[in-house]
Amino acid sequence: MLYREVGQYKTSYRADQALFPILQDRIGIAIILLLAFVGVPLTASSFTVDSILIPVLVLALAATGLNLLTGYTGLLSLGTGGFMGVGAFACYKLATLFPGVNIIVLILCSGFFAAAVGTVFGLPSLRIKGFYLAVATLAAQFFLSWCFIRIPWLYNYNVSASIEVPTKTLFGLAVTGPTSSPVTRYLIVLSIVAVLTLVAANLVRGRIGRAWMAVRDMDLAAELIGIRLYQTKLLAFAVSSFYCGVAGAMMVFLWLGNAESESFNINQSFLILFMVIIGGLGSLLGSFLGAALIWGLPIVLRAAPAHFGISIQSVTAEQISFVIVGALIIFFLIVEPYGLARLWQIGKQKLRMWPFPY
Amino acid sequence: MRLKKLVLGAAFAGVIGVSVPVSQAVAEDTLFVPLFTYRTGPFANSGIPIANGMHDYFKMLNARDGGIGGVKVLVQECETGYKNEKGVECYDSVKSKRPLVITPYSTGITLALIPKASVDRIPVFSMAYGLSAAAVGTDFPWIFNPPATYWDGMSIVLKYIAGKEGGLASLKGKKIGYIYFDGGYGLEPIPLLDQFAKEYGFSVTKYPVPPADMQNQSGLWLSVRRDRPDWMIMWGWGAMNPTAVQEAAKTGFAMDHFIGVWWSGSENDARPAGAGGKGYLSLNFNAVGAGYPAIKDVEKYVIAKGNSQTPKDMVGENFYNRGVMNSVIIAEAIRNAQKLTRKKVVDSADVRRGLETLTISDERWKQLGLPGFAAPIRVTCQDHNGHHAAYVQQWDGRKWVKVSDWITPMEDKVLPMLYSAANDYVSKNQPWPKRTEACDDKTL
Repeated sequence: MLYREVGQYKTSYRADQALFPILQDRIGIAIILLLAFVGVPLTASSFTVDSILIPVLVLALAATGLNLLTGYTGLLSLGTGGFMGVGAFACYKLATLFPGVNIIVLILCSGFFAAAVGTVFGLPSLRIKGFYLAVATLAAQFFLSWCFIRIPWLYNYNVSASIEVPTKTLFGLAVTGPTSSPVTRYLIVLSIVAVLTLVAANLVRGRIGRAWMAVRDMDLAAELIGIRLYQTKLLAFAVSSFYCGVAGAMMVFLWLGNAESESFNINQSFLILFMVIIGGLGSLLGSFLGAALIWGLPIVLRAAPAHFGISIQSVTAEQISFVIVGALIIFFLIVEPYGLARLWQIGKQKLRMWPFPY
Repeated sequence: MRLKKLVLGAAFAGVIGVSVPVSQAVAEDTLFVPLFTYRTGPFANSGIPIANGMHDYFKMLNARDGGIGGVKVLVQECETGYKNEKGVECYDSVKSKRPLVITPYSTGITLALIPKASVDRIPVFSMAYGLSAAAVGTDFPWIFNPPATYWDGMSIVLKYIAGKEGGLASLKGKKIGYIYFDGGYGLEPIPLLDQFAKEYGFSVTKYPVPPADMQNQSGLWLSVRRDRPDWMIMWGWGAMNPTAVQEAAKTGFAMDHFIGVWWSGSENDARPAGAGGKGYLSLNFNAVGAGYPAIKDVEKYVIAKGNSQTPKDMVGENFYNRGVMNSVIIAEAIRNAQKLTRKKVVDSADVRRGLETLTISDERWKQLGLPGFAAPIRVTCQDHNGHHAAYVQQWDGRKWVKVSDWITPMEDKVLPMLYSAANDYVSKNQPWPKRTEACDDKTL
């Protein structure tokens, strides 16, 4: 009744090919953006912004990056953490080398370093597939982690081997460092994520995205219809690593304020991979849903008992959340391999017919 | 299938529907002390006894004395799993409840919190871990790391080795192996070790243990066997410690030439090696054993009442006592703050002053029911560490035995390094806030 496209006629190809062809979707996305850009800064507490919204957005961007590679192009990668690290360390180096440059420009630039590194490690993908490629990217992960600790130049020879974020200002407003307000950082993260997601959405429904999907579905067939595997796969690695790199740079500069090699270890790669699997392979919405679920669930589980007046120990909550996240992953793999995004699609289908399903 | 989806959807909606309560009110008349702990993950073997010790001592104060100065201590654990992201999240979740002091119990988390805490005006107490340079109180007014820094520890280790070899001069030509946690914690002592190597003419071979490979050290110990170092020094934590001790025993390394820092000396670290672990050495700055009146009180008021997660035989273990010591220092700082401000319910700024005027003399340790438990501790406005002595203990197969006197660190070597590191940190993190907090005089 509410969600029905009946009567919305498209009179041009342009209208038919719009990002959101259905009016209700456009309204929905407008409301979400309005809430995110205006509602949240006005109402949310600093804990919600700092510990829930910023992490979810940053991780969602990394998951989007991995999704472009794994979900759209079908190349399994376990190097996400490493590529995020490249972005983070590149941004740190850039910030020390060019202290005067706008930090947002630096964050976006650091994505290109990650893209370059990602392309190099993507080279084996031309020869090997599936699990073998996963192992090759795993090697990238370990090699990069090793670099982050063994090359002191990367962390400016700090004794603690960690990178600290200096305070940077933009129009006189602190945007990084301890004095910056969570809302400022949130708005920057949100803007970057929104723009990059829009770019990704347009990439995947255009020529490039179709080439990626063709390669994913059957690379031999794709080659036969004239897609160059070489460029397509490497482009997927480059774009994916760009997204991961930007996410890594934001993670250090706009979220944690400090990082060391350990922040970009193999567990980080797995975490992002779980987000993509639970959220939905080959769906941008899925990246966001997956990030929200995996990051948010432990926080909710920790807070929920107190909410209902039950006191459980912090460690018990942590263990319960391990169990639940683990169980959810198995559950999704069995019941809904296409993830949360598919659930939303089913819901949408049902909504269309509501209240008179046939 | 449809039913499944329905159930799934409902479950998901349920999870999303539970809103997150942002901050719980903390009662006005309590002293709120959050404890960042890790009872899960690969560092739990080190984290659990410390968490128990810290928590139990405050519970005992509440039960025996009704808190500190008549005000109950509200203790809340936050599980970090030794992960930096979780630690920062824990910090954000307690920040609005105005904690009196933060104890991160992880070098990585400490490093992440140092800039934040200074802005939020919450003292960070990192007991002999974290950033060594934070001992410079003029640059880091909100950070405290008594009783000794990693660099102090390294100089104490070398003093002990020199003592066994017949003086610092006889270190010449010796081979020393350094096995360390490949992260900020293990990397910090390296500049000092390298400097000593140059000065005294010994050679250093480094064996980094990546965090992912803490339990996989057999290859590394093969290299140790090949290199045949005269001494091995260890900067390890969590699962790395017991693995190293076991591997050392397996390769037949002389255990009485293998010495760990104070974070590599828990019963859990030495015990798994069985008889092979006998002779393993480690630094320590707190006493081991349950034979102290205060710890007897913990047993009586807390553990006997079933009010604790501590198994009975853990009481008095090294890291349990380390946790107790951690809480004793916090409690003393709160007491100091109460004396300084003549308020009962103090805030974090008061506790910072309390920490800065902290003095625990031998006499005071006795009054606290912990005679001879640790070296006297003294923190001042300029020196947030004190650079106090530590001793060496040896594993006899069942328990730790003290085998040396209290050894003082080589302050003449450590301090210049400390000041230059502090300068380096401040210059790299410009604009670093200038200290505006006034110093209290020490006559309490």
